[in-house]
Amino acid sequence: MASHIGSATSRVDGRAKVTGEAKYAGEFNVPGLVHGYVVESTIPKGRIVRIDTSGALEVDGVIDVLTHRNRPQMADKDDAYKDEVATEKGSPYRPLYDDIVLFSGQPLALVLAEDWETARVAASLVKVEYEKAPHITDLHAERANAYAIDKPEKPRGDAERAFASAALRHEAEYFIPTEHHNPMELFASTAIWDNGQLTVYDKTQGVQNVQQYLCSVFKMKPDAVRVMSPYMGGGFGSGLRPQYQVVLAVLAARALNRPVRVMLSRAQMYALGHRPATIERLALGANSDGTLDAMTHEAIAVTSQFEEFARNDTGWGNLLYKSPNAKFEHKLVKLDVPTSCDMRAPGAATGVYALECAMDELAVALKMDPVQLRLQCYSDRDQGADIPYTSKQLRECYRQGAAAFGWDKRTAEPRSMREGSDLVGWGMASGVWEALQMPATVRIVLTANGHAEVATAASDIGTGTYTIMAQVAADMLGLPIDSINVKLGDSTLPQCPLEGGSWIASSVCNAIANTARAVRGDLLKLAIGMKDSPLAGAGVDDVALIDGKIVSKRDATRAVSIASAMQSGNADRITREEANKVAEDKSHARNVHSAIFAEVKVDEQLGVIRVTRVVNAVAAGRILNPKTAHSQVMGGVVWGIGMALHEETLFDHRFGRVMNANIAEYHVPVHADVHDIKVIFVDEPDEIVNPLGIKGLGEIGIVGVAAAIANAVYHATGKRVRDLPITLDKVVQFN
Amino acid sequence: MTPFQYARANDVADAIKQIATDPSAKFIAGGTNLIDLIKYDVEGPSRLIDISHLPLRSIEPTSAGGVLIGAMVPNTDLAYHPLIEGRYPLLSRAILSGASQQLRNMASTGGNLLQRTRCFYYYDTATPCNKREPGSGCSAIDGVNRINAILGTSEACIATHPSDMCVALAALEATVHVTGPAGARTIAFADFHRLPGNTPQRDTNLEPDEIITAIELPPKGFSANYSYLKIRDRLSYAFALVSVAAALELDGDTIKEARLALGGVAHKPWRSSAAEAALLGQRADATAFAKAADWLLHGAKGYGHNNFKIGLARRAIIRTLDQAARGTPQSNSDKKIR
Repeated sequence: MASHIGSATSRVDGRAKVTGEAKYAGEFNVPGLVHGYVVESTIPKGRIVRIDTSGALEVDGVIDVLTHRNRPQMADKDDAYKDEVATEKGSPYRPLYDDIVLFSGQPLALVLAEDWETARVAASLVKVEYEKAPHITDLHAERANAYAIDKPEKPRGDAERAFASAALRHEAEYFIPTEHHNPMELFASTAIWDNGQLTVYDKTQGVQNVQQYLCSVFKMKPDAVRVMSPYMGGGFGSGLRPQYQVVLAVLAARALNRPVRVMLSRAQMYALGHRPATIERLALGANSDGTLDAMTHEAIAVTSQFEEFARNDTGWGNLLYKSPNAKFEHKLVKLDVPTSCDMRAPGAATGVYALECAMDELAVALKMDPVQLRLQCYSDRDQGADIPYTSKQLRECYRQGAAAFGWDKRTAEPRSMREGSDLVGWGMASGVWEALQMPATVRIVLTANGHAEVATAASDIGTGTYTIMAQVAADMLGLPIDSINVKLGDSTLPQCPLEGGSWIASSVCNAIANTARAVRGDLLKLAIGMKDSPLAGAGVDDVALIDGKIVSKRDATRAVSIASAMQSGNADRITREEANKVAEDKSHARNVHSAIFAEVKVDEQLGVIRVTRVVNAVAAGRILNPKTAHSQVMGGVVWGIGMALHEETLFDHRFGRVMNANIAEYHVPVHADVHDIKVIFVDEPDEIVNPLGIKGLGEIGIVGVAAAIANAVYHATGKRVRDLPITLDKVVQFN
Repeated sequence: MTPFQYARANDVADAIKQIATDPSAKFIAGGTNLIDLIKYDVEGPSRLIDISHLPLRSIEPTSAGGVLIGAMVPNTDLAYHPLIEGRYPLLSRAILSGASQQLRNMASTGGNLLQRTRCFYYYDTATPCNKREPGSGCSAIDGVNRINAILGTSEACIATHPSDMCVALAALEATVHVTGPAGARTIAFADFHRLPGNTPQRDTNLEPDEIITAIELPPKGFSANYSYLKIRDRLSYAFALVSVAAALELDGDTIKEARLALGGVAHKPWRSSAAEAALLGQRADATAFAKAADWLLHGAKGYGHNNFKIGLARRAIIRTLDQAARGTPQSNSDKKIR
């Protein structure tokens, strides 16, 4: 029956995207559009003494310059600025609110002009005088002031004592620098203010989150604000929270009573949020057979002075490995930077990197194959909550990944594999993420002509949400995929959570199933109402919708076409709206898993590293679309290569400024850095996680990849580099 | 960003005339660097004089046995020209190791010589930089200086010249043809770019009212034994941490002539006559190469983040000379170092 679910389906929005028909937040043009350009702070901390906008206002075509002094009214209280993903503790940043400078790159003024170029020219003429305050942006320098925060992971046993008496011990610190998302699409918002009605086209991963936020900040009624984001050129977490340009665009639209667009520059986007620089300390104590006796994982991460952002860096070991004694600690250091934010696999990308490097080091100490060590410690239960998994095919990931990679040909000794002037290294790591579902509602409108509109307020951030929703709806409604029209990215559509956390596929697809069932029930009623109905007496779960027909599951010859059922009931459309069921059930852990195998070749003399092969074997429940799923995981692997070898936001701590705020100098992998990447999806039927057995793929692709590469670099060179990125000067001692 | 006038130059004389009347004007050809600098408010020319249409697009053999390259020849056309690929493959390989195809399509030969440094502080107007604002100080010396210079630096500036093409041109001892109000003159490549000294704002010895019209290559192209090796923080589309242009003339395994230039390490392509002399008459082997490397890096000094460049450069020089001697030049498509 399921002909679309599980089949490699090309993106339904592919044509719109490559032809330019798909419009992004900065592309909605309306008559009289005003363009805003942001003037940002050049100091990280202090106070604005004076802003001289006279030079800007003299420029032909400039309409106004908004600052904290002359902006329209907005809410005062912190709570009004707390969006759905705001940190629990702290005061959210309030754009253009007052004269306080909290970070370099903070917007201080918005120049409004008839065209974008004029606004930009005028912005360079705005003069700001500051009263500087002492600042600090260096995690290492401020480390002594780190403070512990509450974390859910509880200690077990006595990790310190067990570590002290362990047969083999490994203890080390790992470091991940600040990283930025760098989505291709620049952040932009177009705000249209019309007689008290506000329409906003925004680059966001959650239109309803932005809608609620704007209502709160501008004290507007929900039905007066509509936020749309039909397409997004990459988010990776940077678009989870409402970003400041949307506030500025609305402020300006209200001030001028004209439509306003604010688009940020690439450099300005480096002040939106980042993956926090994190120090991770691992202490592993093992028995000589490779079972773990003690596991301590501590993280010290960066947050801003005004909000407490923290993600689960340290709990992943509880999901992967058995250890009777365990201890976890999460500390924060407050710096004069924007609040850290979610970036692909927040917490796991960093925490699992450290954990999986530490496991590799332990394997070396034990003289044990790294895969074997993981099998020795393999946990069939979530160690923290002491519950089983809904499914966990991680053993199969190790097996299939190792086989595809040819792991059995690896010689254990570092520097033992060579190819000409290159040292060859093979490394591996595990990956883990959550398989969550969030409440979501989907509306289906089935029309008598055999078309269905499937709608929810999700954002497709480029992952393929339009496509998988069309696939699932086509199967559930028994219609061709071309007859399904998916509508997303509009806050007026039925409720949907933010597109993040890898939960959208499971949430919306299960909601589609429920809504489709309701539609099926309505159709069945109509069919039963027909004279001599072949479906008389059937219940909603006794029938299925197949090929445009309502068909008895027991006897396929008993069927009524959807068209005739609707016709006989004089129904020109059936509209239904249902939510998914999110289990309260805490009896199982819900996770996705992966095993990553990486080959590096390192020039022995020059230290130049190439990642020549990666195999990522993923167990993530039901794979809805192998084509988009493959892209998701492959993209994660590429990002993992960047995390391992390239990515680093470089601060000059004297100025408290990012020095490489552009994609020429903030390095991500280019084609030459990407070689052979193989993605394997391990079969993982799961009837517990949710009715459709979907686990989500957004994050898992990157988790563990940097560790596998770092472990491969060690295997190649004998040099253990624990602070990312692994640049050539860290691999070879040149001087 | 500052608004500017746009004007086209009809011919070289017109270009010179236009720039002479407006000292704050700039020539624009491909614009691959200047446009960025305008956007960053590092440059704010009152007028852009478009010279991209000047008839300086030919690549022709000279009567002296060399090749004359028009200043407006796009980097791509130059790199793939049969005369260059055949006789000066070092130049071709150096060009192709820089930027991206799209940028090389736009970038001109003359403009390549005039690109500005990529020092982070030069681009960030919120920080002091003597090159951008003379007298304001050098932020890189005690700052984020991984990409900065180790040779020929001054207390005023440790910026590098980012070109790959120029490193090959230095090794090939090209000549720069320029024209100004006083007429045409030639500048030896080694004299074209300057060291920062106390005037880091001046990258070259080109006068403000002069224009580059052509680059002349001498007859000798070293097409048998050459290599251009570029080491960077990713395998493509990044500026050099260290790059090496090596060209040898061998008699058996004895070195008859040697040219060696470094990129990514100084305010100009870095050569040393002592290093090249040290190779003459020597067997082309690791010992000789190491000696040459030591000469070339004589006086090298790190500033913290870039200390590693000294050792990296030493090894890169040895490797590149070895590639040149073996006749196995570094390839741009195969990212593996040979």
